[in-house]
Amino acid sequence: MGFYVAQFLGGLAQASSLFIVASGLSIIFGVTRIVNFAHGTFYMVGAFVAYSIADRVAGAWGFWGGIATAALVAGGIGVALERLLLRRLYQSPALFQLLATFGVVLVGQDAVLAIWGPEDRLGPRAPGLAGRVHLLGQAIPHYDLFLIVLGPVVLGLLWLLFHRTRWGVLVRAATEDREMTAALGVDESRLFTTVLFLGALLAGLAGAIQLPREAVTLHMDVAVVVEAFVVVVVGGMGSVTGAFLAALLIGQLQAFGILLVPRITVVLAFLVMAIVLAIRPYGLLGRVPALPRGTADAVEPPLRPASPGLIAVALALTLVLAALPVFAGDYVLALASETLIMVLFAASLQFIMGPGGMMSFGHAAYFGLGAYGAGLVVKHFGATMVTGLVAAPLLAGLAALVFGWFCVRLSGVYLAMLTLAFAQIAWSVMFEWTAVTGGDNGILGVWPASWAATAAPFYELCLGLSIAALLLLRRIVFAPFGYAVRAGRDSPLRCEAIGIDVQRFQWLAFVIAGVLAGLAGGLFAYAKGSVFPTYLDVPVSVDGLVMVLLGGVQSLVGPIVGAVVFHGLETQLVRLTDYWRLVVGVIIILLVLAFPQGIAGALGGRLRSGRSGTGEAGR
Amino acid sequence: MTVVLRVEHLVKSFGGVRAVDDVGFTVGAGERVALIGPNGAGKTTVFNMLNGQLRPDHGSIQIDGVEVRGRRPRAIWRRGVGRTFQITATLPSMTVAENVQMVLLSFHRRLFDIWRPAAPRYRDQALALLDRVGMADQADRASATLAYGDLKRLELAVALASRPRLLLMDEPTAGMAPRERAELMNLTAALVAESGVAVLFTEHDMDIVFGHASRIIVMNQGTIIASGQPADIRADAEVQAVYLGSGAMFAPRPGGAA
Ligand SMILES: Nc1ncnc2c1ncn2[C@@H]1O[C@H](COP(=O)(O)OP(=O)(O)OP(=O)(O)O)[C@@H](O)[C@H]1O
Ligand SMILES: [Mg+2]
Repeated sequence: MGFYVAQFLGGLAQASSLFIVASGLSIIFGVTRIVNFAHGTFYMVGAFVAYSIADRVAGAWGFWGGIATAALVAGGIGVALERLLLRRLYQSPALFQLLATFGVVLVGQDAVLAIWGPEDRLGPRAPGLAGRVHLLGQAIPHYDLFLIVLGPVVLGLLWLLFHRTRWGVLVRAATEDREMTAALGVDESRLFTTVLFLGALLAGLAGAIQLPREAVTLHMDVAVVVEAFVVVVVGGMGSVTGAFLAALLIGQLQAFGILLVPRITVVLAFLVMAIVLAIRPYGLLGRVPALPRGTADAVEPPLRPASPGLIAVALALTLVLAALPVFAGDYVLALASETLIMVLFAASLQFIMGPGGMMSFGHAAYFGLGAYGAGLVVKHFGATMVTGLVAAPLLAGLAALVFGWFCVRLSGVYLAMLTLAFAQIAWSVMFEWTAVTGGDNGILGVWPASWAATAAPFYELCLGLSIAALLLLRRIVFAPFGYAVRAGRDSPLRCEAIGIDVQRFQWLAFVIAGVLAGLAGGLFAYAKGSVFPTYLDVPVSVDGLVMVLLGGVQSLVGPIVGAVVFHGLETQLVRLTDYWRLVVGVIIILLVLAFPQGIAGALGGRLRSGRSGTGEAGR
Repeated sequence: MTVVLRVEHLVKSFGGVRAVDDVGFTVGAGERVALIGPNGAGKTTVFNMLNGQLRPDHGSIQIDGVEVRGRRPRAIWRRGVGRTFQITATLPSMTVAENVQMVLLSFHRRLFDIWRPAAPRYRDQALALLDRVGMADQADRASATLAYGDLKRLELAVALASRPRLLLMDEPTAGMAPRERAELMNLTAALVAESGVAVLFTEHDMDIVFGHASRIIVMNQGTIIASGQPADIRADAEVQAVYLGSGAMFAPRPGGAA
């Protein structure tokens, strides 16, 4: 009995911290409508700053002063982020705002690495609260009790702020209806800056108060932002009370889940999210979002068949690539193979994001399951490479068939979070099911068949398969099926009224994307000779997103450009500097600012305007 | 005259508000029935129930004698109901012609084709339809760049492409110049004469209503307060009261489109 009470109280303490970080995210999203991935960065910075101050200044001043300072520093970073970056992006498509905040995450990781170094840090106990009370034979830390009180206190303060101050009323109004607030003549830029301050401050506070409870590490930012998103989505985007309820739910789940499935409590949270979203598509307290009156997302121009110029370039490029083994060494060929695999992966993701209009944060699931599809048949049946490359898209496609069925019932950020949830669930299965998958140790010895064992033939295989897949995708996009998928993105209302079952087309598109991502994953397994759970993990999904967004989500050439640029940049920078994330992050941010439609989008726009000019004349 | 649409005891509430309260009427083949009423009377809500976008709380909706209440919009569309929206709903990333081609592809169940290019399919048929609504010269424009009145005409072509038995037009001429309005309604009249389609439309312009409706149904606060021939409606005291202050709209205008 006492044990369960202790577990329950621990869950409550965890919930407080979760709630505080999630409430900040929710408030920022509510007002700016930006999905801010850098929120975890605020949290991480808060934790590190609090650590440093408590480390240098002993006693209560250092600890509590450190927490206060950390929250303020994080708030200041939020203000700087809004002033320097987000402000320029409010008119950009939502996906580009997202990409920019990814850039900030990368910069933040390396900035923290440069300042604090790579070691994990353990914070001190809280002065004055270091003891424990004994309850039913269990020792409960004073600090946990403090946190349990802190969560509701913050909720109460936020409530007062939003209901008793003019500023808070404006924030609520902006959350409900942004256009209306603009029409009322509210000074938007000040509102947004202050909202970022508050949101970041809450994140910094949440990071700082965790100091006595968990180690401060370099990778906490992504983990935290993902968890915070789960809380916000389960609670309903923009609802602070919803976030509180969701944090309680997930805190308890983790506290008791750890008794059942010790290593993967985070998956429980995703499972809950999947269930909640299946029943309540907008979260516990979320409302059906009002349709935006002026859509920020640029309308894609009608599809035009490739110009003779583009076809010539593509043909020439294909020939050069096919001839690459003649003049390139093994290292270049291996790198080129990997890049081609990434192109295929990115293209599959672009298919659902561009034409399909479905944002996915979990495309790694299909890439990784593809790799496992190949790895498992090799490990258990000693299968040949050809069998492996058939099993790869098959397993990934099956997963996409099941996961996609649920995902296409949602839209927007909710859909994206559900894809992430499924990816994390798939990851945990591969990670935990040691008997079959080898767990953490992965599957080794997934080598290509003898005819493809050297770099050149394997490269040609990758080239052939990815070009075939790209051509197939292109055909699909230009065929009625692709038109139907785009129509579903353009106007679900119109589609229903002309007999198009939008969800069915989205579902099938999801499966096609899953199959092709699986093929990429299968090839990747053979390229690396091994398969690990990390192939399904968040960073792979993020890489996919960045490649697609960098290239331009609305362009069929986009994922090619994006994958080549990003993968090339990453591999080269990793060799040159420890701070490659910083460089990549800065480049992403600059690119977003310079080309809000993506690289290929910008180039394509120029080409297209030139072409349609002649087209008009010809008609 | 065969009855195409039969509506009985239709009810829909939003929260506590009865937006549509026990509404019943019929529309026959070849008829052009105007559903009029002040803002918020419940006209669009009726339309949304007719094409399946909203589920009625009570009542019955029969298309050609078949009960369709509660079916999905796409199923009702298959039974021959085409509609235009008060706030236009087109496919902005496609050209004008492609918008119509999509309907034809869907109608002929060709959308699952992943191989043959879509652009040339049913294009001639689409162009012919666009020609009817006066949009042929803009066929290859991106529909996102159309003027509002042109969007309305495109919507009409889209609604007609599946050769509906019943055509629902929610404020088809809003945002158009007076001459365009009359043209569009004359076109509708011609289509009705040719194909015998049943038309139900809402409209705030009384010149259009009295000039182009074969029958008029007047709604106010969710209920039907009058229905009948244009001349009867014009004389109806209750209708006059609802439109108090705008009674001038009912005065016959010699110059009005008719
Ligand atoms: N989805 C909805 N939720 C809540 N109330 C609604 C909804 N749709 C309509 N209403 C309400 O139902 C009533 C009828 O609205 P409806 O749009 O049908 O009117 P209308 O006759 O089409 O008006 P208008 O001439 O302005 O187009 C209005 O009071 C409206 O506010
Ligand atoms: Mg209406």
